[in-house]
Amino acid sequence: MLGFALRRLLSTIPVLWIALTLCFFILRLAPGGPFDEERQLPERILANLRAHYNLDKPLLVQYWDYLTGVLMGDLGPSYITDDFTVVDLISIGLPYTFILGGCAFALAILVGIFAGVIGALNQNTSSDYGIALVVMIGLIVPNFLLAPILQLVFGVSLGWLPVGGWGEGKLSHLVLPVIILALPHVARISRLMRGSMIEVLGANYIRTARAKGIGARLMITRHAIKPALLPVVSYLGPAAGYLLTGSLVVESIFGLPGIGQYFINAALNRDYGMVLGTVIFYMVLIILLNLVVDLVYALLDPKVRAR
Amino acid sequence: MPKHRLTAFFLSFFAAVLLVAPAYAAMLNLHNGGDPASLDPHKISGDWENRIVGDIFEGLTTEDVGANPIAGQAESWTISDDGTVYTFKLRDNANWSDGQPVTAGDFVFAFQRIMDPATAASYAYLQYPIKNAEAINSGKITDFGELGVKALDDKTLEITLEQPTPFFLGALTHYTAYPIPKHVVEAKGDDWIKMENIVVNGPYKPVEWIPGAHVTTAKNDQYYDFASLKIDGVKFFVLEDQSAALKRYRAGEFDILTAFPKDQYQWLEENHPGEARVVPFAGLYYYVFNHRKPPFDDARVRKALSMAINREVIGPQILGTGELPAYSWVPPGMANSGESSEVDWAEMPYPEKVEMAKTLIAEAGYGKDNPLKVTLRYNTSDNHKRVAVAVAAMWKALGVEAKLYNSELKVHYAEIRKGEFDVARAGWLADYNDPVNFLDLLKGSTSNNYGAYSSPEFDKVMDQASLETDLESRAKLLTQAEEIAMDDNAAAPIYFYLSENVVSPKIKGFEDNAFDIHRTRWLTKEE
Repeated sequence: MLGFALRRLLSTIPVLWIALTLCFFILRLAPGGPFDEERQLPERILANLRAHYNLDKPLLVQYWDYLTGVLMGDLGPSYITDDFTVVDLISIGLPYTFILGGCAFALAILVGIFAGVIGALNQNTSSDYGIALVVMIGLIVPNFLLAPILQLVFGVSLGWLPVGGWGEGKLSHLVLPVIILALPHVARISRLMRGSMIEVLGANYIRTARAKGIGARLMITRHAIKPALLPVVSYLGPAAGYLLTGSLVVESIFGLPGIGQYFINAALNRDYGMVLGTVIFYMVLIILLNLVVDLVYALLDPKVRAR
Repeated sequence: MPKHRLTAFFLSFFAAVLLVAPAYAAMLNLHNGGDPASLDPHKISGDWENRIVGDIFEGLTTEDVGANPIAGQAESWTISDDGTVYTFKLRDNANWSDGQPVTAGDFVFAFQRIMDPATAASYAYLQYPIKNAEAINSGKITDFGELGVKALDDKTLEITLEQPTPFFLGALTHYTAYPIPKHVVEAKGDDWIKMENIVVNGPYKPVEWIPGAHVTTAKNDQYYDFASLKIDGVKFFVLEDQSAALKRYRAGEFDILTAFPKDQYQWLEENHPGEARVVPFAGLYYYVFNHRKPPFDDARVRKALSMAINREVIGPQILGTGELPAYSWVPPGMANSGESSEVDWAEMPYPEKVEMAKTLIAEAGYGKDNPLKVTLRYNTSDNHKRVAVAVAAMWKALGVEAKLYNSELKVHYAEIRKGEFDVARAGWLADYNDPVNFLDLLKGSTSNNYGAYSSPEFDKVMDQASLETDLESRAKLLTQAEEIAMDDNAAAPIYFYLSENVVSPKIKGFEDNAFDIHRTRWLTKEE
């Protein structure tokens, strides 16, 4: 198992390097630079800014400097947010992104699996259709539409929940953003779970267990859920990646700090250092998540373990 | 179960955050738009940064409730008869937030630092009236001792100017003129600005900054006027989404909005009457004619195109917030300005303007068989597009065929500086309270004279004004310069900008002003 994990990790290094190199050069090809503004800066000041951020050297030298910096764990300065380095910013944003994404992830798994199992057990009944309808709304209605509606209803009209902000981390501030973030994944997980659960319930060993007179609850919890989870688990890797990286819209509507927002602002402002830093962070995160999924898969499925 | 451990982790995290969260009596919650680039006064350039930095630092002079210059760190000053030497006496009780006295040396240090080319301060040019400032900033002089800022003793500062500058006391309220704590910068280097090191001299001091969320300040007990501060601290919220900000205002989470969606103005007026503060702002929205290129070098064509713009409908109907029509170059209410000099056809009824414009266009040799073709450039934005579409329709009445062309802001300005346009949209917000700030846009040699308007007469009057020490004569000369440019229809002013704040009835002391500067020390909040 350890050897498997190590091999997987080592094989990602060339991927990381190629992606980083591509990103570095593509960014420089985009028109406009970090210091282009509405009012022209005096030439002398522009030259000083470029020198300060190493932008006056040949591109290949800049690339080499950056790469050696990254190997030493130095992601350089942010070109736009002057008071922080890229590492500072990522470590400030990380806890918020993780709490938001983590809560949404937990919610999506719990509700998604529950809804999927209920749907499978009551296949083609009104409660199955009812659940399908509700979760599909969450999948179809885009978050930039749903979020303002929920803000208006629960924040402005009813006054039950805060409209936005982090609010020193109070739970009430997390409710709306977490729900918005989790909804599409609840839908996908519940559909996956329902499908695979129906398949498992039709399998021979379930029929055998039933024939032996096992109770319905024991049959579901002990025999059916675990194998039915496999397709869900393989979806969890991308889902976690999406939840941790794709929180941009939610972060900007609710005014929450987090890496998604930093990433987009950095790209719009041509903050080369910050864009590359977040790209590296996202790549490492997604690679690790996929590795975790593979390991969990091995735990759940004896066939994978044997290989 | 790991899930339980996770829950326990989150719960304990929330509990910890709740425990350490400070409780403020009268916190002002202000929607501030973007994240500041820095808290260092030499590294910023935006009004959202000014709101924060102007609360935590203070210059020799500072803004009163109406944004007029009043005594700040300096309690008094004298000005030499020729208007070029200012001597400031600092307050005895002006201290840094660590208790050290603010000295004249801190000001000398700050002015040398901002002019040092290595600091790369993008707004340094605002203090170019100071002797040798421009030469040092552009690297022509390398001895910083040559700068016209000298400490006569710890509490006396002398500033020498290149030439008399009537707006200089106002320019000193600007963040480019704030002092920097020399003792901290020398000890900590670039890290002096980190939250754990920063030392300030303004009414408030920063206590927390979470990029993407907010900057929080608290009262600075070392500030000389500490006793009269009514607001205990400010939370400057980062939120670019204006609709979301308005919802948070409606839910009582924000006390002041510094912008709102234009299409919500009617709704605000009906449902929160008096809370939307839409007032003239020292800024001009205008169309530039490219004088390098025929037929825009023909005064008749420029006059016809400018006359045909129906300015009265643009603010109230096209934009919806009622921007004031502009028939002159300098926004109303600027200091040191004489009578406003509007174009002589300003008061003419619109149909007559159109008739006259048609005649002018015909005189210039354009007609039905030979229509004037114009490309109208603007930078991508809903509002600019609306104005451009409306203006193109107005020009159509003259038989002018206008083609619209839009590009990203960075590309737009780079291209029009190169002269790649016929007519282009531009705008200017005042840096300091003086007409020169706007009239300079039309001076022959400046890089912001996008249309390359060149009038030796205009330039001559402007040069005369810059040497004039008598304010009244200077104002007359500036009015004369404005007249020359408007008679030439050098460019087409369209409207004067508005500042668009929404202020909760709980907040008192918020006085509307043309610079849209509202320092927290003048505000109170009623619970």
